[in-house]
Amino acid sequence: MWSFPLLPESASTIADKVDALFYFLVAVSLFFSLIIVIGLAFSAVRYRRGSAATRKGALDDHLPLELAWSLIPLAIALFIFGWSAKLYFEMRVPPANAMEVYVVGKQWMWKIQHPEGNREINQLHIPVGTPVKLIMTSQDVIHSFYIPAFRVKADVLPGRYTTQWFEANKPGEYHLFCAEYCGTSHSGMIGKIVAMEPADYERWLTGESQLGVAMSSDGKEVFERYGCRTCHRQDTGPRGPALDGLWGRKVSLANGETIVADQEYIRESILNPGAKTVAGYSAMLMPTYRNQLTHEQVNHLIEYLRSLGSAQNSK
Amino acid sequence: MSHSMHHGVLDVDNDYIHAGYGLKSWLLTTDHKRIAILYLISITIFFFVGGFFAFLLRLELMTPQGDIVTAETYNKLFTMHGVVMIFFFLIPSIPAVLGNFLVPLMIGAKDLAFPKLNLMSWYVYNIGGIFALYALVNGGVDTGWTFYTPYSSTYSLSNVVPVVIGAFILGFSSILTAINFIATIHKMRAPGLTWFKLPLFIWSQYATSVIIVLATPVIAITLALLLFERVMGVGIFDPALGGDPILFQHLFWFYSHPAVYIMIIPSMGVVSEIVSCFSRKKIFGYKFMTFAIMAIAVFGFLVWGHHMFISGQSVYAGFVFSALSFAVAIPSAIKVFNWTATLYKGHIEFRTPILYAFGFIGLFTIGGLTGLFLASLATDVHLTDTYIVYAHFHYIMVGGAVMGYLGGIHFWWPKMTGRMYNEAWAKFSALILFVGFNLTFFPQFVLGYVGMPRRYYVYPDEFQVLNVLSTAGATILGLGYIIPMVYLLWSLRHEKSAGTNPWNATGLEWTTQSPPITHNFEQIPIVSGEPYVYHEEGKVVA
Repeated sequence: MWSFPLLPESASTIADKVDALFYFLVAVSLFFSLIIVIGLAFSAVRYRRGSAATRKGALDDHLPLELAWSLIPLAIALFIFGWSAKLYFEMRVPPANAMEVYVVGKQWMWKIQHPEGNREINQLHIPVGTPVKLIMTSQDVIHSFYIPAFRVKADVLPGRYTTQWFEANKPGEYHLFCAEYCGTSHSGMIGKIVAMEPADYERWLTGESQLGVAMSSDGKEVFERYGCRTCHRQDTGPRGPALDGLWGRKVSLANGETIVADQEYIRESILNPGAKTVAGYSAMLMPTYRNQLTHEQVNHLIEYLRSLGSAQNSK
Repeated sequence: MSHSMHHGVLDVDNDYIHAGYGLKSWLLTTDHKRIAILYLISITIFFFVGGFFAFLLRLELMTPQGDIVTAETYNKLFTMHGVVMIFFFLIPSIPAVLGNFLVPLMIGAKDLAFPKLNLMSWYVYNIGGIFALYALVNGGVDTGWTFYTPYSSTYSLSNVVPVVIGAFILGFSSILTAINFIATIHKMRAPGLTWFKLPLFIWSQYATSVIIVLATPVIAITLALLLFERVMGVGIFDPALGGDPILFQHLFWFYSHPAVYIMIIPSMGVVSEIVSCFSRKKIFGYKFMTFAIMAIAVFGFLVWGHHMFISGQSVYAGFVFSALSFAVAIPSAIKVFNWTATLYKGHIEFRTPILYAFGFIGLFTIGGLTGLFLASLATDVHLTDTYIVYAHFHYIMVGGAVMGYLGGIHFWWPKMTGRMYNEAWAKFSALILFVGFNLTFFPQFVLGYVGMPRRYYVYPDEFQVLNVLSTAGATILGLGYIIPMVYLLWSLRHEKSAGTNPWNATGLEWTTQSPPITHNFEQIPIVSGEPYVYHEEGKVVA
């Protein structure tokens, strides 16, 4: 119990890069703190009242000095900004080949599902050496999915998807914390990330205890049950667009804009169909499914539409 | 020989404290100095209430599991600690107490421009306070002081409404004070007292007032919208009602980031006065100091998005807010360098106020530099919402703002009360505060870096040692706040009279008797020279 780490574990490809910047900031902070502390201490001792030290040449203004201690810190600040912004961009934009996992947060639990169907609560199994992208939403308040050992964190919002990605590089078990205050058991909304060798991960994914059905199969079932096919077929004309090959395609909207059909677009179109209607179709025809589908079912539908094939012109 | 001696008893009775007797003479006063004392009493009560909450929080955090209070109570305690300390102590602290007392005195005016508004602001403050206390005794509120939606608007089962109404009302007391200061500083400066002859304390009050007037209406609107949603179900922030929870964060931080500057800029003004006085030296780079204050006030409005780097805001918005947040570090750096340069080749006398000023400069430097870690995008992703944020803003708010406030109280206490205080005790308690503060909050930097999230009632075992250190520090810190209460109150009856100018300070407030007469000056002073004339041609003016 009395072991106490002063440094966090480092287990993702980004962690060492964040730490390098962190330690640079520590160095800059120490440097300026020392200048100030030594400056104060020097004056406090040497120029205490009654000391014999000469005060000749005391200044109360000095433009070059003012400029120096404005512009040098500014240059250092801009350098840190640039370094950090570049790294942040890398952290925020997931690689195209990232494996995707769906996360739904609720008070006070993390519900996770892999496209292959495996469901987990407050645990996430991932392979090392593969970029993993989380597609996250909340069914109530704002949460935040935080893995200190990976140096990543992103808020999980109700009403939309947010994403984050990471690539673990060291097998092991790591803390998962909710970092955005979400009510009574906020500090109980924790879990663990299990990073595994790829072979172990495959075994876990297909293991006998993992009795999941692929998310796309569940999605197909939802698609049939709610009668989506009534309107979304090749031969339904102006009632609704066919959805085969939709995934990742550029869609022309009624308002003249184009949008790439991704998770967020499909989710919004299911829950709020009038928001971004496809050109040539009426915004009035499709009802909302906001109170009929669970967050998991929407995720299943998305995976189903994805399984219908993606367009060649995407990405 | 002071003026009052010639007139004997009459003028002694004439000071503002003895200008009237009885409760009514205080509760209906329009004298800015008496209102300052009323505010001093109110905010001191709230400070100890908020401090007591903090003490319970630290006690609970001694062990990883929950033991003293329940999770619900814990959440209410940190919410009320934040609400009370920010809205009811830090924001009014220096402006409403020292500013109220000193702005007219330092510019040679008889009172503030609108004395009745000034009294009204104190009543408005207390009405806001009553709502907050009502919520407290009725079970408290558990949203965090940030009131993030949709938790606050839809999900929280606690007393959100009265607390939000309290904060809403309180905002108007800030606005009334700020309008008063702006009008007074513009229109009521003594003859000859031009803008660049003003003490930096006045500049700091002016900048703070401008921020308050521009930013406070935004939080008022935001809180009103929150009430509409919570009470009437109007969909503004909750996506289930068609709202956007991030909109709340934008609006909230548009006020609450500038509010950080409302809390710290006045302390910068105080420290400038103290450093110059006790080193017997003109403040270094006076004009740069004024520009820096105004630059902080302006840039402070443009950085709110740095609270939202991981909240789903676009990457490019993140770039802009990060760059501007680095920019606001520069005027802060200028101020720290200038204070340090002021001391160089001065004649430094170690009286109590300058100990607080030293404490301020050191702790504010650490608080400011650790702000860079959070302004920097890539590191913020890991660090935000962890204990490092607590540590950072307590270095600014407690190490900075509270140290400055206490420094100011110790500097102007002789003027406000006419009494000196026991300096041995005062220096001892300044030291206790400094040690206790660092022991409380430095471990929290480490806790944040190793990944302990904020607002955690229970936590993994490996964080315990650092938490115990922090709690030990908080105990010492608490002692450091209680000791000044004792010797300052004691001084009112038992310490020696201060005289007009016990520190040999420059500044108009030191030219009138202590405590000052009701109308501050026998004659309106005429100002010809610059501020901070502590040395002329190598000689100390003492």
